[in-house]
Amino acid sequence: MNPLLSAEGLTKTYGARIGCRDVSFDLFPGEVLAIVGESGSGKTTLLRCLSGHVAASAGRVIYTTRDGKRAALDEMSEAERRLLMRTDWGFVHQDAREGLRMGVSAGANVGERMMAVGVRHYGKIRAAAADWLSRVEIPEDRIDDSPWSYSGGMRQRLQIARNLVTSPRLVFMDEPTGGLDVSVQARLLDLIRGLVKGLGLAAVVVTHDLAVARLLSSRMMVMQQGRVIEEGLTDQILEDPQAAYSQLLVSSVLQV
Amino acid sequence: MEPVLRIDALAKHFLLHQQAGVRIPVFDGLSAQVNAGEAVAVTGASGRGKSSLLKLIYGTYRATSGAIRVRNGEEWVDVVAAPPRDVLALRKSTIGYVTQFLRVIPRVPAETIVAEPLIDRGMDPEAAICRARLLLDRLNIPERLWHLSPMTFSGGEQQRVNIARGFAAHFPLLLLDEPTASLDAANRQRVLDLIAEARQQGSAIVAVFHDEEERRLACSREIPLDRGEGSGP
Repeated sequence: MNPLLSAEGLTKTYGARIGCRDVSFDLFPGEVLAIVGESGSGKTTLLRCLSGHVAASAGRVIYTTRDGKRAALDEMSEAERRLLMRTDWGFVHQDAREGLRMGVSAGANVGERMMAVGVRHYGKIRAAAADWLSRVEIPEDRIDDSPWSYSGGMRQRLQIARNLVTSPRLVFMDEPTGGLDVSVQARLLDLIRGLVKGLGLAAVVVTHDLAVARLLSSRMMVMQQGRVIEEGLTDQILEDPQAAYSQLLVSSVLQV
Repeated sequence: MEPVLRIDALAKHFLLHQQAGVRIPVFDGLSAQVNAGEAVAVTGASGRGKSSLLKLIYGTYRATSGAIRVRNGEEWVDVVAAPPRDVLALRKSTIGYVTQFLRVIPRVPAETIVAEPLIDRGMDPEAAICRARLLLDRLNIPERLWHLSPMTFSGGEQQRVNIARGFAAHFPLLLLDEPTASLDAANRQRVLDLIAEARQQGSAIVAVFHDEEERRLACSREIPLDRGEGSGP
């Protein structure tokens, strides 16, 4: 089986400053990989390179498209890349306002992504939007409301619905539960976990929260100063971290 | 019987970077073999690494050196050297692990926790839940609790949910860490029965038992951790 996504020597520098350096890995269909590390470790830069939001300074990202072809992201045309991002990929931002169109209704936010892949039948779009809102536990009578009227947790769930309506195979998530109340986080995490498992999605999740990594991922990479300093099974890194920095991260979590 | 697990010259040391780089040896040069249908008890005083050995076999701990080979169909997979993906595949099909404590996930009901290993293997969710309920019933978990998250269950109830999960699917290799520790006599007997049934179906079992009597009832052989380890070769 081909990996769904491969990073080969991915490096991003901003002048003299290093975003991420020489990152390589394979992600297979259905795998959830967590990238952990403290602020400034390069994990968000890496995610932006992987998802084609910024161009890498060196190295490349290779993706296996639905027809089985392996294609380098930087060799695709702009149109091909955009299509990929609208169909096969999802991107869940930490701040839902970045991932939503705040000026249109919740239903339109979900419907819009369907229209972008060519669905034109209003009844179908409306039904799919309603279905997805219920799957992310948003009451049906809120479908015509603006996301401005939604709570933080609801906005995040709406963003997830918007991403998943086109049945992507790969979802990138940047601190998906960051900035939410703990009780809201738990519900959202459980929802994401259920959807990812149920749909067999592959995902790359950036988080500084090891509990999020534990709950969502099966594999983990620890980043420090732009480099991957340790990688392995999530439970192995959390229970038997090898690198000094990984040990520091794990031992810094407060026991409740 | 055919071997299912082969441990060769296994060493495990912990190196604690945050605590002045202190090095804690757990064991050195440990070798053992476990065959299909056999139940083997890991024995040794507290702190000799009984639970650590189970975690090493499951891949939760990373071995310092040596090999832990697990038979997966016609192949042998060395957990120490295999990439994460292969270890995950092994956990899905071959190695079951009943930990000492259930890791509860908020909002996930007991019956789903038990059914998960079956669903992960592609079983129809309804059939998997049905099998899960049979096991929960057998382990004396009242029906009114099946739909609830075990978050609020007693220690003994959580452990029985954990055991039901471990025995829901057939695993050629089962790791059991004190599976009867907080159970009453009746439930203890049910767990011993499950172990005996799994052996009859050909599972190899590696277990840690606190109680000597239960160990004797469940297991036919020992992997002693008291001799020679910890002191180095």
